[in-house]
Amino acid sequence: MGKLFEDFSLGLFFWQAILFIALILLLKKFAWKPILDSVNEREEGIKNALDSAEKAKLEMQNLQADNQKLLKEARAERESMLKEARDIKNKMIEDAKGEAQDQANKMISQAQAAIESEKKAAMAELKNHVAGLSLEIAEKVVRTELSNKNKQLELVETMLGEKSLNEA
Amino acid sequence: MRRKISLKPITLFLLLITFVSYGKDEGEQGEHKTDKKTEVKEYIQHHLKDSYDFGLYSYTNDSGELKHVGFPLPVILWDNGLKIFSSSKFHHGEEVAEVGGSYYKVHHSKIYKVDGPNGEIIEDENHHALNEKPLDFSITKNVSLIILVFAMMFFMFSKMAKSYKKNNGVPTGMGRLLEPIVLYVRDEIARPNIGEKHYKRYMSYLLTVFFFVWIVNLFGLTPIGMNVTNNIAVTLCLALITYLITTFSGNKNYWKHIFWMPGVPWPMKIILAPIELLGTFIKPFALMIRLYANITAGHVVLMSIIGMIFLFQNWLGSGLSFLLAFVLAILELLVAALQAYIFTVLSALYFGMAVEEHDHEEGH
Amino acid sequence: MEIPAIVGAGLVVIGAGIGIGRIGGSAMDAIARQPEATGKIQTAMLIAAALIEGIGFAALFAV
Repeated sequence: MGKLFEDFSLGLFFWQAILFIALILLLKKFAWKPILDSVNEREEGIKNALDSAEKAKLEMQNLQADNQKLLKEARAERESMLKEARDIKNKMIEDAKGEAQDQANKMISQAQAAIESEKKAAMAELKNHVAGLSLEIAEKVVRTELSNKNKQLELVETMLGEKSLNEA
Repeated sequence: MRRKISLKPITLFLLLITFVSYGKDEGEQGEHKTDKKTEVKEYIQHHLKDSYDFGLYSYTNDSGELKHVGFPLPVILWDNGLKIFSSSKFHHGEEVAEVGGSYYKVHHSKIYKVDGPNGEIIEDENHHALNEKPLDFSITKNVSLIILVFAMMFFMFSKMAKSYKKNNGVPTGMGRLLEPIVLYVRDEIARPNIGEKHYKRYMSYLLTVFFFVWIVNLFGLTPIGMNVTNNIAVTLCLALITYLITTFSGNKNYWKHIFWMPGVPWPMKIILAPIELLGTFIKPFALMIRLYANITAGHVVLMSIIGMIFLFQNWLGSGLSFLLAFVLAILELLVAALQAYIFTVLSALYFGMAVEEHDHEEGH
Repeated sequence: MEIPAIVGAGLVVIGAGIGIGRIGGSAMDAIARQPEATGKIQTAMLIAAALIEGIGFAALFAV
């Protein structure tokens, strides 16, 4: 330890202290402050640029999500439209079918009615005819009976036989 | 394979020669060797000391005269008034200089006052000079290097700062090399050790001390042989500045931890207070000694091994010494940077302790 | 018989060497175990080593 104190040089200490403190102050003013400030500024700039890039990326993502949503909506709309159209088509077909059926039914029923009425008319005519015939027959029978009993009977017999055959 | 085998006898032969020549040295040149040994020893001792003139090298000419090559530096003394004169008056410490009626002589790299033109240095039994010492503010070799480094650093870093302005915040030239180092000091030394909140205040000192110590250490490794950091005065100055900054930036928490350590029982507090107080002095003291001792030790070892090149009178020993000196010189390059780093890290750490705000957890 | 001071200094240096060696070794272990904490471990290692180194120097210069 003694050697250390012996070696100590006051002059060197003096110059070192003065020069070193001057160096700190000078460099602080002319070097460290501008250097660190510029570095800070640059780093800040880079950080800001990165931040804005991140933001842009996020925005892009949002936009993409929006697009996706729009696309989805459009697709859904198209789907619904198609469905509607299909429904309308089906309904139209159904309606058309129904109407045709109705028409057909109506025509059938009309035809049936016509047939019925024709039938009725025919029957009525037949009845009239039969009644006429019967009257005729009866007239003839009555006339024949009045002339020949046997012949009368015979006639009635054959006529009745025909009649019943026809009737049946 | 064949080559390897054929090398063996050659190596053996060389070894034999070495032994033979070694034996010869012992016999014939024993005296010469001790001569050289003392010469190397003196040279190393001289190298470790400051000097009043800027000696580049010295040699002995044909007529046996010791010649010095270099240039003189101004000597500034305060001895009943300011006295400034050239160090050439000392003739490399061989003569007494007469200035304004007073006589001065250099003894072991220090200026002493002597009685007359033929005055001698009087020594006591411990080889301590008893002569009066004038106050010495000379521009010695070391001071001249400090001035050189001062100018160099100012030139380098102010130029670097300007290049930022010129080039839109991107350095050019040397700044590209220096910027990563500056950022390293900021991001790896100041920020983690001092803390995000306060580190900016200490950046100027930390950067200056880091580059100063580093550059000065590197200069010490050049053949000019100026080693500023192996002067206790220089390291004391640096450590003192660290100590002063630490003490003056110490907050309430820092002093509380020294005088009334929280979280320990009160008898311990009384015991801890003086220890902690002593610690505040020991820390910068260790800082001072560490830098001084590492650089001095490095120089002594390196120069001793370089000296061994001349002591060995055979080429194998000298060659090995050369190799060792080479490796050590590279190691010293690392040490030069490492010591600057450690000095800066520890300074930053002490500042960090002084400005730390939050209380430690209990049981600390 | 008096033991010369330099022997004591040597003993201190041996102790300091062992201490710093152990610090370095433990730090290596710690780094191997937790490589992400390398920075913190290195700082702590340097501080501890620096403190021991201080003792070593004190012993050397006390001689």
